[in-house]
Amino acid sequence: MSRLKDLQKNLFGGTTSNARQFGMIFTLVAIVVLFQILTDGLTLRSDNLIALFQQNSYILILAIGMLMVIVAGHIDLSVGSVAAFAGILVAKSMTDWSLPWPVAILFGLLVGAAIGAWQGFWVAYIGVPAFIVTLAGMLLFRGGNQYIGNANTIPVPEGFRTIGSGFLPEFGPNTGYNNATLLLGLAAAVAVVWREFQARKTRREMDADPAPMWISVLRMAVMVGVIVFASLRFASGRVGTSFPISGIILLVLVIAYSFYTRNTAGGRHIYAVGGNSRAAELSGVKLKRVNFFVMMNMSVLAALAGMIFVARSAASGPQDGNGWELDAIAAVFIGGAAVSGGIGTISGSIVGGLVMAVLNNGLQLMGVGTDRVQIIKGLVLLLAVAIDVYNKSQGRFSVIGSLMRPFRRDDSAPPASPPDAEREPAKAAVSG
Amino acid sequence: MSEAPTLLEMRSITKEFPGVKALADVNLVVRAGEIHAICGENGAGKSTLMKVLSGVYPYGTYDGQIIYQGAETRFADIRASENAGIVIIHQELALIPGMSIAENIFLGNEPRKRGAIDWKAANRMALDLMARVGLQEDPDTLIKDIGVGKQQLVEIAKAFAKDVKLLILDEPTAALNEADSRHLLDLLRGFRSRGVTSIMISHKLNEIEAIADQITILRDGRTVETLDVKADGVDEDRIVRGMVGRELGSRFPDHTPKIGEVFFEVRDWNVRHPISAERQVCKNESFVVRRGEIVGFAGLMGAGRTELAMSVFGRSYGVFESGTIIKDGKEIVLKSVADAIAHGLAYVSEDRKAIGLNLLDDIKSSTVAAKLSKISHHGVLSEVEEYQAAESYRKELRTKAPTVDEGVAKLSGGNQQKVVLAKWMFTDPDLLILDEPTRGIDVGAKYEIYGIIQRLADQGKGVIVISSELPELIGLCDRIYTVFEGAITGEIARADATPENLMKQMTSTKKMANR
Repeated sequence: MSRLKDLQKNLFGGTTSNARQFGMIFTLVAIVVLFQILTDGLTLRSDNLIALFQQNSYILILAIGMLMVIVAGHIDLSVGSVAAFAGILVAKSMTDWSLPWPVAILFGLLVGAAIGAWQGFWVAYIGVPAFIVTLAGMLLFRGGNQYIGNANTIPVPEGFRTIGSGFLPEFGPNTGYNNATLLLGLAAAVAVVWREFQARKTRREMDADPAPMWISVLRMAVMVGVIVFASLRFASGRVGTSFPISGIILLVLVIAYSFYTRNTAGGRHIYAVGGNSRAAELSGVKLKRVNFFVMMNMSVLAALAGMIFVARSAASGPQDGNGWELDAIAAVFIGGAAVSGGIGTISGSIVGGLVMAVLNNGLQLMGVGTDRVQIIKGLVLLLAVAIDVYNKSQGRFSVIGSLMRPFRRDDSAPPASPPDAEREPAKAAVSG
Repeated sequence: MSEAPTLLEMRSITKEFPGVKALADVNLVVRAGEIHAICGENGAGKSTLMKVLSGVYPYGTYDGQIIYQGAETRFADIRASENAGIVIIHQELALIPGMSIAENIFLGNEPRKRGAIDWKAANRMALDLMARVGLQEDPDTLIKDIGVGKQQLVEIAKAFAKDVKLLILDEPTAALNEADSRHLLDLLRGFRSRGVTSIMISHKLNEIEAIADQITILRDGRTVETLDVKADGVDEDRIVRGMVGRELGSRFPDHTPKIGEVFFEVRDWNVRHPISAERQVCKNESFVVRRGEIVGFAGLMGAGRTELAMSVFGRSYGVFESGTIIKDGKEIVLKSVADAIAHGLAYVSEDRKAIGLNLLDDIKSSTVAAKLSKISHHGVLSEVEEYQAAESYRKELRTKAPTVDEGVAKLSGGNQQKVVLAKWMFTDPDLLILDEPTRGIDVGAKYEIYGIIQRLADQGKGVIVISSELPELIGLCDRIYTVFEGAITGEIARADATPENLMKQMTSTKKMANR
C-alpha cells in the first residue's frame, strides 16, 4: 500500500466511502484557496464567511435529510415546496392568529411532520415511487403556499427573525472579539481533541493498532487550526455580527444526525435498506417503517429550512424555496452518495454542499453573472459524479489516488479482483 | 436411425473458471434429426456445455473442438451460433412481457421495408410461425396476457423465425403444467419427423424416457456415458444410476449425531403464490425437527422447498393461508421476519448475493446486521463489541479475509457464505434453515461448511438443509424429507437414503411408505 493511501486511511478512517470524502475535502480546500486568490482575499473575510453560512445553512439542513432519503434509495423533489408551504403557514400563524413565535416554530415542525407522514405513507405503505410522490408534492405544496398566501408576501415578527438572521450575543469583557463565538470555538477544539483520543482508545479495544501518534497529532493540529481560524474570523466581524444562529442550528443537526446514522440501529437500517432491501428485510429490518421515517424526517427538516429562510428574509413569499431540491440533491451526490442508494455520509453531503456554496459565492464575488454561475455549477456536479463513476468502473476508488498516481512509489495497480470470475461458476452450478 | 449423419460433435470440451473445472473432457455426438437428452445433477455442467455450444462462452475461452455440419466452428458470440442455426431456449424465458407476440418473435430480427418495420409482413409471418408451433392466439396479444406454456411456444416460434437447425431447450417443461408439457413434447416429436434436431436438458426423467432417442449423462463436469434409448432398453432407474453413481467417500467430516426431542413442528402448512393466487405453492405440508438433528429437504428445482422455508420464516414469501408452527410445545405465530428472529429462527437464503448480503457492507457490519440490539446500549451501537463479535466469528469459521473491515463483495463465495452463517449464528438461533448452503462453493470450503453445520447441531440446535445435491443431503442429514410440487412426498431416515429412492420420491406425487 502506498504512503499516500496509508495517510489517507489514517486521516479519514479505513472504509472505502471515505476515500471519496478525502477527495471532496481536498477539493473544498482547493476551491477556497483558489477563490481566496482570485477575489484578493474577499472569500475568507469575516463578513463574507458569515454571509456564506447564513445564505446556505438551509440548503445544508436539507442536505442532511436528503442524504438519508438518497441512502435509503429514494429521492425527494418536494423539499422546496414543503419549505415554502411550512413557511407561509408559520408566517400566517404569527400575523393572523398571533401565535407567539416559539409556538409558531413548533407549529411549523408539526406541519412538516404531517406533510412527511402524507408522503411517507404513499412511498412506504402503498409503494408509489418517491420520485412520483414528491413530484406530486412539489406541485401540491407550491400551490398550497400560493393559495394560502394569495401569492402575497407575509412579513414575520422580530423575534422569529432570530433563527434566520440572529447572531450569538455579546457579553463579558471587551476582547475585541465576540466572546460567545470564541467560547464556541474553544468547545469545538476540545471536542475534536477528546474525540481523537476516544477514537484511539476504541482502536486499541479492537486489538488494532491506532494510527501512529504523529498522524493523530497532525490531524488534531489541522482541525484545531481550522477551528481557531474560523472562530477568530466569525468573532471579528462587524460589531453586532458573529457566528449566526442558523449556523448553530445546522451544527447541532449535523452532529445529531451524524451520530444517528453512524451509531444507532435505526441509522444502520437506512443503509441496509438502500444497500439491499430484500436482504435487509430478511434480516428483520422493518422496511416500511424505515422508508416512512426517512420521508417524514425529510419534510420536517424542509419545514425547518423554510422557517429559517423566512426568518432571514423577514417575510414569506410565493417563490420561497424554488429550486432548493436540486441544490440539496447536488450537495449529496457531490458529497459521495451513490445514486443507487446505500452509500453516503452526512459529513460528505455537508462538504459537498459547501463546495457548491463556495463556488457560488466566489463566482458572485468575482462578478460572474447567474447565467454563467449556473453553467459552472452544472458542470461541476456532472464532473464530480463522472469522476467517481469512472473510477469505480476502473476498480479504483480514490479521486485523489488517480490524481497522484504519477507520484506514487509502488505503481502496482490493486489486483482488481473481478467479481465476475467468481460469479460465473456459481451461475453454472445453479443452472447446470 | 443410427445411419443418420452426425450433425454436431463436441470433442473433449474443457472449460475452467477460476478455481473450478466446470467441464473436463466432455464429448457429445448429436445425430441429425434426433432428440438428444442431456441429463445430470445440478452442477454437473449441462448448462455450461450448452453455453459453450451457443457461443455464450466464445471460442478461445474453452478447450476442445466443435464440429457442426461437418466443419469446425468457432463461435464468437450468440449471434454467430444463431446465424449457423443453433438456437438455445433458456429456462428463464427471454421475452418482453409488455410487447406483443409478433413483436417478441421478431425482436432484433424485424422485417423491414424502407427502414421502417413492416408490421403487415411481421404479423403474417408470425401467424405462420405460430401455426407451426400450434399456438392459436392473436399475434397482437401481449406476452404477459398468455400463460407460461404459450410463452414457451412463442420462444420456439422465435427460434423458427431464425431458421433453426439445432434447437436447444434448457428445462423446457420445468415451469409447465401437465397438459402444456404434453403439448410441448408432442411438438418436439413433430419437429423430429420434419427433420429438426433438438437437444433437451431436463430433470424430468419420465419425459426423457418417453421422448429422447439418445441420452448423454454428465456428472461432475465429465461425460459418463451416452445411451441409446431403444437399443439399450433405458428406463428411469438406469438414468438415475448414471447420474448419481459416484463414490460418496469422505467428503463429509465424521460426525455422531446427538439427537434430542422434537422441538419444532410445522403442521398443515398452506401457502399461495404471491402474484397468481390460484397457485398453491405449499400444500398441506407438515414436518418436525429434533434438537441436534440435521434435517434435509430434497426436491427438484421449483418443487417449493425455498417457498416453504421462507413462508415459515416470518411469512417472507407468498400469501399465508393456514397452518401452525409449534416450538417447544407452544404454538407460535410468526408474522414478520423480526418475529421469526425473536423466536430463534434463522434463514440462510439460497442466493447470497441477491438477498443474503448487502454487498456494500464490510464483514463486521454484515455479521451483526440481523441482531443490532445485541451490540447496542441505550440505543447506541458499540463499535468495539461489533468488531469483537465479527472478529471472533472470523476466527471460529476461519473466514479468509485480512480484517473484518474488508468489504464482503471482495470475498470468495465460500467466505461470503461464512459471513452469512456468522450473521445468523450471531442471532443465537434454535433452528437454522440453510437453503443451498454450498451452492457455488468449491470443495474445500464445502467441507468446512459441513463441519460448521454439524457443530451447530451438536450445540443442540435444529438444522434444516435444503439442497439440490443428493450426495450432500445423504452425507450430511440425519433424516430427509422429499418435496414434489409443493407437497412433502416422503420421509427417509439416513440409513435408508439412497440417491435412487430419493430421486424417485422427488419426481412423483405418490407417497411411499419407506419407513
